[in-house]
Amino acid sequence: MEKFTQHTGVGVPLRRSNVDTDQIIPAVYLKRVTRTGFEDALFAAWRGDPHFVLNQDAYRAGSVLVAGPDFGTGSSREHAVWALKDYGFRAVLASRFADIFRGNSGKQGLLAAQVAQDDIELIWKILESYPGTEVTVDLEARTAHCQDVTVPFQVDDYTRWRLLEGLDDIGLTMQHDAEISEFEQTRATWRPTTLPAKHLPPVEIVSARPVHADDALG
Amino acid sequence: MGKTLAEKVWDAHVVRRGTDGAPDLLYIDLHLVHEVTSPQAFEGLRLAGRPVRRPDLTIATEDHNTPTLDIDLPIADPTSRTQIQTLRNNAAEFGIRIHSLGDADQGIVHQVGPQLGLTQPGLTVVCGDSHTSTHGAFGALAFGIGTSEVEHVLATQTLPLAPFKTMAITVDGELPKGSTSKDIILAIIAKIGTGGGQGYVLEYRGEAIRALSMEARMTICNMSIEAGARAGMIAPDETTFDYLKGRPHAPEGAAWDEAVEYWRSLHTDEDAVFDAEVVLEAADLEPFVTWGTNPGQGLPLSGNVPVPAEIGDDNERIAAERALEYMGLTPGMPLREVKVDTVFIGSCTNGRIEDLRSVAKLFRGRTKHPDVRVLVVPSSARVRLQAEAEGLDQIFLDFGAEWRNAGCSMCLGMNPDQLKPGERAASTSNRNFEGRQGKGGRTHLVSPLVAAATAIRGTLSSVADLGDVEAPDGSPLEPATV
Repeated sequence: MEKFTQHTGVGVPLRRSNVDTDQIIPAVYLKRVTRTGFEDALFAAWRGDPHFVLNQDAYRAGSVLVAGPDFGTGSSREHAVWALKDYGFRAVLASRFADIFRGNSGKQGLLAAQVAQDDIELIWKILESYPGTEVTVDLEARTAHCQDVTVPFQVDDYTRWRLLEGLDDIGLTMQHDAEISEFEQTRATWRPTTLPAKHLPPVEIVSARPVHADDALG
Repeated sequence: MGKTLAEKVWDAHVVRRGTDGAPDLLYIDLHLVHEVTSPQAFEGLRLAGRPVRRPDLTIATEDHNTPTLDIDLPIADPTSRTQIQTLRNNAAEFGIRIHSLGDADQGIVHQVGPQLGLTQPGLTVVCGDSHTSTHGAFGALAFGIGTSEVEHVLATQTLPLAPFKTMAITVDGELPKGSTSKDIILAIIAKIGTGGGQGYVLEYRGEAIRALSMEARMTICNMSIEAGARAGMIAPDETTFDYLKGRPHAPEGAAWDEAVEYWRSLHTDEDAVFDAEVVLEAADLEPFVTWGTNPGQGLPLSGNVPVPAEIGDDNERIAAERALEYMGLTPGMPLREVKVDTVFIGSCTNGRIEDLRSVAKLFRGRTKHPDVRVLVVPSSARVRLQAEAEGLDQIFLDFGAEWRNAGCSMCLGMNPDQLKPGERAASTSNRNFEGRQGKGGRTHLVSPLVAAATAIRGTLSSVADLGDVEAPDGSPLEPATV
């Protein structure tokens, strides 16, 4: 993972609360089997609206998203983080994040910085009054800076350390392989395993058929 | 000091305690895999040359993308077809058990685990799907993860996790007739909000929870994520053991006795302390329905659509205005006057056999409202077989509903089962986000009973609104009296 220490880029004010992951990337885009190329899917339903913030020239090249509370609620799709990153975002500022989204961000080097709602309002006012203003996010100092305003943000120590060092979780865990094997020896024998597979007797499944002409499409 | 249920399960899975703010490393007992959130994880393993550490603690099925019609034909959408084929290839390459479309054990991943008896009390269960919280109904610690974590579990069978806080949600008393566990969870979400559970594991307790069947408990735990919580749990009891006994992967003989003895220890100790507590009275819970575009925007069906101008909080008022505009609703209008185009009965929330039975009881002897399209989608192929063995399929067809094959279907519209722009649905699923069930589609989340009554009347309705008591042949209809 790429190291994250400090980032400066155009701030994008997204004055919406409860931006769920279906808004960040609708399910129809989740059929891809690659990890990149999701930039076209970001906020897909809103991108058709000429008034949407990312359709305005001043914000189009934004890389710091400043959103309302409860950003990233809903589904666990990491595609939401990939879409934000593929578009060019490096940090999201909000007063509250959904837990899974926050976790996914940390794994992918997208900084989810928790900022008090009053401070979000301050930054929104600056970004809306002076479109194109840059925001600097300093992970070492845990501050976000925009014109003459500097506000603190929260991020947990472990995520911060991993982002600063650019460390990969799997590699870190693999260092404890012996402890994992030791734990496995203590696992009760009656605890279930998926293999060998046990089933009820096999039965033939009959397919339902379309009753309307347009049902068969797609 | 005693421990909560969540703490007991957590502590039993710690491989390594984190120090200096580092997370604990937790062992994972069961990893459920589906086609949408796994391809990039398997690709990561391949690139790093890593095997799956425990294929025998991993199981895959196809659910999100699968069609519910013509399942014996090639999947029409090429990207869906590729994604499903990718899962099949990955399962073969890494030695993982898979239940594919057309297999009797195929279905929504959160139905497959319980019905095979793989979901058991005291386990840690993960899946790249936020509704993994469903399995908490058995007293398992079960939560959704992202694709990076899927890869992590495949490679190491563990996850680094910072401890959760605990919240007790006590539901006292008895549910009124016509109200269900779906109404309990919708009321809880409306009360604590979509962010109220952030950072918490919820434990549902109290007389009303104890009285619920396993399937009804799954409905509640399923939607814990809609309150922002990572997981929801219910302590196992006789209801849990009865459900598990005899299932393919349940312990047998002496192992069963040993397991039950351990499972009985999985409850919150008397002197344990929760970080937060919420109490609800079941007797107050009317059938609930959402009016907006997040699951916290819900009200009793007897209420009216909110008037945004009366909402004090700026963010909530703006959110309500936007939601009503999207939903095409007039502030102040009675919810019972809202007309729907589609009724969807299914999903990991409410697509199980008890849900289908409760719907069929109301459908029997009646026909659907002429303006409504009714889709009944069982949560798994086994549930479909069971429903057919009980003759429920004929009741659905006689009513005018469509009886489909198993999968996630219209809950998230990744397959062809979608709402058209502007179409309105009463849906037994779990999310009413903008565009969730199809671009421009409008979703009202409801219980199976409200969905069934709505399919009969054409407007959002409860069982109490069904006035007719006799079928054309003179036989009594459900409910016999209202």
